[in-house]
Amino acid sequence: MIELQNVSFSYGLVPVLQQINFSVEEGEFLGIVGPNAGGKSTLLKLILGLIKPQTGTVSVLGKKPTQQRTQIGYVPQYPGFARDFPITVEQAVLLGRLGSGRQFGRYNAADYQAVQDALNELEAQDLAQRPISALSGGQLQRILLARALVSEPKILILDEPTANIDMRIESDIFDHLRELNKRLTILVVSHDIAFISDYVSRVACLNRTLVCHTTDALDGHLIQHLYGEPVRRVAHVH
Amino acid sequence: MTEFLSALVSQPFLQMSLLAGLLASLGCGVIGTFVVVKRITFLAGGIAHSVLAGMGAAVYFGFDPLLGALIAAIVSALLIGWIRLNWKTQEDTLIGAIWAMGMAVGLLFIAQTPGYTSSLTSYLFGNILLVPEQDVWFMGILDLVLLLIVGLFYRQFLAVIFDEEFARLRGVPVSFFYLLLLCLIAVTVVLLIHVVGLILVIALLTLPAAIAGHYVHSLGWMMLIATVLGSSFTIGGLAISYSPDLPAGPTIILLAGSAYVISAIFSHYRLKRRARQSLSMPS
Repeated sequence: MIELQNVSFSYGLVPVLQQINFSVEEGEFLGIVGPNAGGKSTLLKLILGLIKPQTGTVSVLGKKPTQQRTQIGYVPQYPGFARDFPITVEQAVLLGRLGSGRQFGRYNAADYQAVQDALNELEAQDLAQRPISALSGGQLQRILLARALVSEPKILILDEPTANIDMRIESDIFDHLRELNKRLTILVVSHDIAFISDYVSRVACLNRTLVCHTTDALDGHLIQHLYGEPVRRVAHVH
Repeated sequence: MTEFLSALVSQPFLQMSLLAGLLASLGCGVIGTFVVVKRITFLAGGIAHSVLAGMGAAVYFGFDPLLGALIAAIVSALLIGWIRLNWKTQEDTLIGAIWAMGMAVGLLFIAQTPGYTSSLTSYLFGNILLVPEQDVWFMGILDLVLLLIVGLFYRQFLAVIFDEEFARLRGVPVSFFYLLLLCLIAVTVVLLIHVVGLILVIALLTLPAAIAGHYVHSLGWMMLIATVLGSSFTIGGLAISYSPDLPAGPTIILLAGSAYVISAIFSHYRLKRRARQSLSMPS
């Protein structure tokens, strides 16, 4: 689904990613972990085609990322909008339908239906007519997820989806993701390796300019190497 | 006030003024909402003020000042948009430079045009009582173009204004629509020149929409209410200024400004009261 070959990227003089090779297979639930400023968000931006690598190639579903954007649903770490923007949840989620369906004029019935379905799936149907300024952090996160889902993507990419919400809602969101993983390939970035290890099928580690291994053989020893602590032990049970 | 009303019935020039005011209010209601929500008042200010370059050139070379204003507005909108998209680090300085240089160019042209210096204040502060009929037609056409473009691409504009990065990921050509939006702002600025003049354009562009934003939570309602408010301020300012023979532009702006201040204070306290009420209610 996603393939990176010898990808390097730097902002100005600071190398953020170096010689990254990895691929994501269909149906995977891949977690990308690593310390802050380890290049996780940069990696996602490369896959989304928002930035171009200085060297190497990125391909999504066999094509350039910019040509496959409609196949990807993206949930950003921070919403890219002002929280007091005068818009209802329904209208905000509808914007996820741009790029699929017709481009001129108004939304059609299928667009509204897709929004309804996505909100139902995330148990957020009650929020449809609320202004986004009236949402709590956890509710907002579901809305961002709904917005990513309405375009019926093949791949779902989430950047720290639970960084700003409490533990109970965090597992709630991840339960939804587990459910979605039955039909979608999911890539989720987190700094919280302990938590996501309960959910993901595979973990890739990214640290600073260097990539830890991203193979199926990744195990506690490598993560231990990366973080300097045994991670399996941290993998908690509620 | 009665003098104004009877004059309105008997004087065709006053009817033209009123019509011009309403046409301008429509543009500023729709586009002003975008400006307020996207928080690009400074960019809009840059576009508005550099318009003087086009008007000065038009006066100097002897063609229609409103056409000169439109061309200058579009050029500066594209220039400012290009700076914003490609040169982010020095954005505000560069826009400030365009703002001032546009005015300077206009002033030089006007100074070099013999016999035209008296018209300077009417460009800067507007003269709604002297709108020629053909300009009202021109304003009507601009309004139509504006509404047509916004109607066709409303979703794209909303996407770009709401969340640029997400819009880009949905395949919306963000740069194109951003520049188009600035061009629409340019058109609106031209619509407002006769009414309040280009110095005061920013106030009438943003204040009605900002007041509307205190009370409603959708862009559509904001546009509607801003248009109604803009019309009220224009007509009200015209009526108040008519009998004592005050300049209409500044009167309109003061009316809009006072309404904004009152509304801002009111909505501030309303918000506080609601916060208190929500605490005292059993949840």
